[in-house]
Amino acid sequence: MTVYNIISYNKLRSVFLMIIFIIFFTSVFYLIGLSIGNSQLYLVLGLLISLISSLSSYFYSDKLILFSTKAIKADKRKYFNYYTVVENLTIAEGMPMPKVYVIDDNSMNAFATGRNPKNSIICVTTGLLSKLNRKEIEGVVAHELSHIKNYDILLSSMVSVLVGALVFVTDMLSRRWLFGGFSSDNDNRNSNIFNLILILVVIIVTPLTATLIQLAISRKREFLADASGALITRYPKGLANALEKISNDNIALKNYSGATAHLFISNPFKNNTLKSKFSNLFSTHPLINERIKILRSM
Amino acid sequence: MNSTYIIGILIILAVYVVSIYNKFVVLKARIKEAFSGIDVQLKRRIDLIPNLVSTVKGYAKHEKSVFENVTKARSSLMKAGSLNEKAKANNMLSDALKSLFAVAENYPDLKASTNFQDLQRQIEDTEDKIAYSRQFYNSNVLEYNTKVKSFPSNVIANVFAYKEEPFFETQASERENIKVDF
Repeated sequence: MTVYNIISYNKLRSVFLMIIFIIFFTSVFYLIGLSIGNSQLYLVLGLLISLISSLSSYFYSDKLILFSTKAIKADKRKYFNYYTVVENLTIAEGMPMPKVYVIDDNSMNAFATGRNPKNSIICVTTGLLSKLNRKEIEGVVAHELSHIKNYDILLSSMVSVLVGALVFVTDMLSRRWLFGGFSSDNDNRNSNIFNLILILVVIIVTPLTATLIQLAISRKREFLADASGALITRYPKGLANALEKISNDNIALKNYSGATAHLFISNPFKNNTLKSKFSNLFSTHPLINERIKILRSM
Repeated sequence: MNSTYIIGILIILAVYVVSIYNKFVVLKARIKEAFSGIDVQLKRRIDLIPNLVSTVKGYAKHEKSVFENVTKARSSLMKAGSLNEKAKANNMLSDALKSLFAVAENYPDLKASTNFQDLQRQIEDTEDKIAYSRQFYNSNVLEYNTKVKSFPSNVIANVFAYKEEPFFETQASERENIKVDF
């Protein structure tokens, strides 16, 4: 698969993702409406909410992600190596300059987001900058720029917002379910149907969320970004050394959530928590050792 | 009947020729743009040097020959017009700067000055920028040259006198100095 194939593939999947999301979301609302007895209102409501959230996931996902990870704009003087490395690599690729951000956090991680190269953002943690040298930072930045160039960012940032919306709604519904349901007059027949639908929704939503994440994150994508990153810097050892340091570092990112985990260059959960075992089920990231091995053999 | 077929084939041929010709125009324009990208970075490097020389002079007055070499290389880079001259002059300047930084190693006060450190990292960054803009230029040249040489676009290139463009060459020594650890 060439780079151009990947770009159109990613764009196509983004549209596909939006359509699936809208259909799913609207039908869930329709079902809820049916159980309450106001199906038309809920149908319109579901359609509106899903349309708005998928459109905003296209236009504002980058801002939402920056907000949820507490990223701030990087100053060129303060983060000289990082900032100039981004400048240099965009020169090498003839790409527009992305907005450059940092997360004030001791862990080592990085991600890119946005909807296209013109509206893109690159972000790393201050921990990463303090523990890596210039050549290693270059490797990481080149990897992230490849994600931008291949339009991986469009798909993965949309997934972040849409999965976030799904999680939010199911969370809200299940809370209602636990704390007494919709009908205050104890209409048993209605609330039974409602409960049944909720169970159904949860049964459907959980695997769907997982599928959505997997749709966005193929392990191949990371390998490909490693390879095209190495092609930009002509120095695969830089990224290999960086990944080695990242994998030996045991500090987990403070502000992470399941919805943004797949954006990062390495799994933000780290290995010592229960959550990490859970996230391994989704395995958004290929084994870091395997990536290092491939880079070293280039 | 036959003449309609012939006209049809001629139209298809004409469309093909036009599209290839336009492709050459685009590729050539990209090369030109990439070349001016290198120029911007070379200019940046030229502008940084007087500052660097005067800073080093403040600490190491009697290293005259080193300063002379740097200044000479700088002015020949400023005068250089063609790609080949620029590449040559730039390599000369790289060598001259290398000996300047080697001399600076002998002056601890100079090495400790923040002004010098700032200039040094700016110059090193500019060298990276030159290297990467050259890489971008060369990859554009590669795409264009492939088109010029491969069949059937080479026929059209011949007709409209599109010739192979030169790569921006570098010395082996300069490639090595990129691997500096900070």
